[in-house]
Amino acid sequence: MSAMTNKLQDLLGWVDARFPLTKMYKEHASEYYAPKNFNFWYFFGSLALLVLVNQIVTGIFLTMHFKPDASLNTSGVPVAFASVEYIMRDVPLGWIIRYMHSTGASAFFVVVYLHMFRGLLYGSYRKPRELIWVFGLLIFLCLMAEAFFGYLLPWGQMSFWGAQVIVNLFSAIPFIGPDLSVFIRGDYVVSDATLNRFFAFHVIAIPLVLLGLVVAHLLALHEVGSNNPDGVEIKKHKDANGIPLDGIAFHPYYTVKDIVGVVVFLMVFSIVIFFMPEFGGYFLEYNNFIPADPLKTPSHIAPVWYFTPFYSMLRAVTVNFFWIDAKFWGVVAMGGGVVILGFLPWLDRSPAKSIRYRGPIYKTLLTIWVVAFLILGFLGTKPPSYALFGIIPGDPVAKMFTVYYFVFFITMPWWSKIDKCKPEPDRVT
Amino acid sequence: MKKLLTVLLLAPILALANGSELHLDKAPDKSGDQAALQNGAKLFVNYCLNCHSASYMRYNRLQDIGLTDTQIKDNLLFTADKVGEPMRIAMQRADAKIWFGTAPPDLSLIARSRASESGSGADWLYTYLRTFYRDPSRPSGWNNLVFENVGMPHVLWELQGEQIAHFKEVDDGQGGKAKHFEKFEMVKEGSMKPADYDSAVADLVAYLKYMGEPIAGLRKKLGIFVLVGLGLLFALTYALKREYWKDVH
Repeated sequence: MSAMTNKLQDLLGWVDARFPLTKMYKEHASEYYAPKNFNFWYFFGSLALLVLVNQIVTGIFLTMHFKPDASLNTSGVPVAFASVEYIMRDVPLGWIIRYMHSTGASAFFVVVYLHMFRGLLYGSYRKPRELIWVFGLLIFLCLMAEAFFGYLLPWGQMSFWGAQVIVNLFSAIPFIGPDLSVFIRGDYVVSDATLNRFFAFHVIAIPLVLLGLVVAHLLALHEVGSNNPDGVEIKKHKDANGIPLDGIAFHPYYTVKDIVGVVVFLMVFSIVIFFMPEFGGYFLEYNNFIPADPLKTPSHIAPVWYFTPFYSMLRAVTVNFFWIDAKFWGVVAMGGGVVILGFLPWLDRSPAKSIRYRGPIYKTLLTIWVVAFLILGFLGTKPPSYALFGIIPGDPVAKMFTVYYFVFFITMPWWSKIDKCKPEPDRVT
Repeated sequence: MKKLLTVLLLAPILALANGSELHLDKAPDKSGDQAALQNGAKLFVNYCLNCHSASYMRYNRLQDIGLTDTQIKDNLLFTADKVGEPMRIAMQRADAKIWFGTAPPDLSLIARSRASESGSGADWLYTYLRTFYRDPSRPSGWNNLVFENVGMPHVLWELQGEQIAHFKEVDDGQGGKAKHFEKFEMVKEGSMKPADYDSAVADLVAYLKYMGEPIAGLRKKLGIFVLVGLGLLFALTYALKREYWKDVH
């Protein structure tokens, strides 16, 4: 027995002399000290990593049977659409792989939105974690691109018309717009050329960038250390060995804790996959069970739920500025809605990081901001003529909340400074 | 303040509650009923699979609903030579377009694509197939209540009989008149009694629903096992976490 252990030790020593295996294991797991007071909100980082792995693994198996081909087969159905149904019906366990991938896309956004909201709650983007936040935002942008490209692939009605709407947005850019949108599509309409390039972006280009950014996000995190619900730095108080007094080793403490989170997540994930894979038309839109038809525009084109808050902002801008069409400013609002988040570390001037010690101004404005974001998201799934409760017209509500969304960030340097914060504790509570 | 926030957070749910005008009858759930599914398959192959294909569905998949290859070959295999082939049709799409105005859609996924906020795809189909009425202004002589001016004639008319629809002119609230459906009147009896016809349509719809996602039954059964397994795993992992975290607390 001990001879075996010795052999393994020798092998590890051999590897360590050539590759920093033990060093990396210590730095990122067994001697990475995380604050001991992580709560519910701290599960979503590891869950995002889990969903990423799920998307990559199921995605690999899907590419083995999926055919990015818009031509019609002998039954008059686009080959891409038929290949998805082939996966659903004829490939052994194909249906489960496909549902894991389609549900995983929505799950990714659920998890990432909650992960980002955690940052807003506890000021995780504040100094010295600005770069973690910026890398995270770039990951979010990649994720949106990845989801958008992937959504075209099943080549259903919503795939086709959703892509048509979004690519057309680029045509709103002055001077270069129309040519740019043709360049993106590779054709004058969304076609086979578009499907093939979107496939290339979806399966290799974006995932490569995404993985690189995830590594950067984690390296930056492990360099400065994790924030916590109290928003205080645990590195300020260390013991004789240089270990933070309020820190515990990531492995085994947070690995065993995150595994519990993973199992709970998998239960929710499985409920969707096995009992409601369409999730009421929100994860798989009903119209997408009809093959793409360039001659039949659906009466209402709605993006998938995770884009709808930003889609609402796009639709909310209906005024022309500086002789440039409102559509362009809508695109600016939509993109700006995401990008403005990246400036948070420099917009927030509050003396306290965590919401626990912040004043009433932040608590109130953030609550309204969350409501605004949810209502914008809801309205984005509806036609512009939709009325909330059947009486409140949705369009002005969307306009109002879009303005609020931006005002919240732009005015943050002023109100965050004057907010009456409670004193932060010295150690975590 | 708290009350207002609760109201605002609930808004999306409440806002969903005011449904659209389209009223759909609820399709009876016959998903586990093999006799009904087999009857539905018979009706589908005899009445639908002439103009509509189901090109993602292979004949021998009907083993799912309790049929053997021989039974399928002897009774249902009209449009193919081998049981492993999909349910295709002989009609060319270009011809169909001239004859009907639009090529009849493939029905493999019809029960999934027809779902909406008003009801499931099965509800839509169940209502659609029971609300054809005579309308001399239409080229086919038929019209439909849920799918106005549909190109498809009432293929099941021999079974249901012929009905006409009575509409009431109502004020549309904007100074105009709107047609409001009142009732159907049977003008020619069909070979089935109304209740039997409804039941036959329910069988057909159950079959279409099955065909939209043949693994749906297996999916739900498997889901129970997966959840039980994960439940056990939760107990184990939670115990493990508690054990380790004793040092921390």
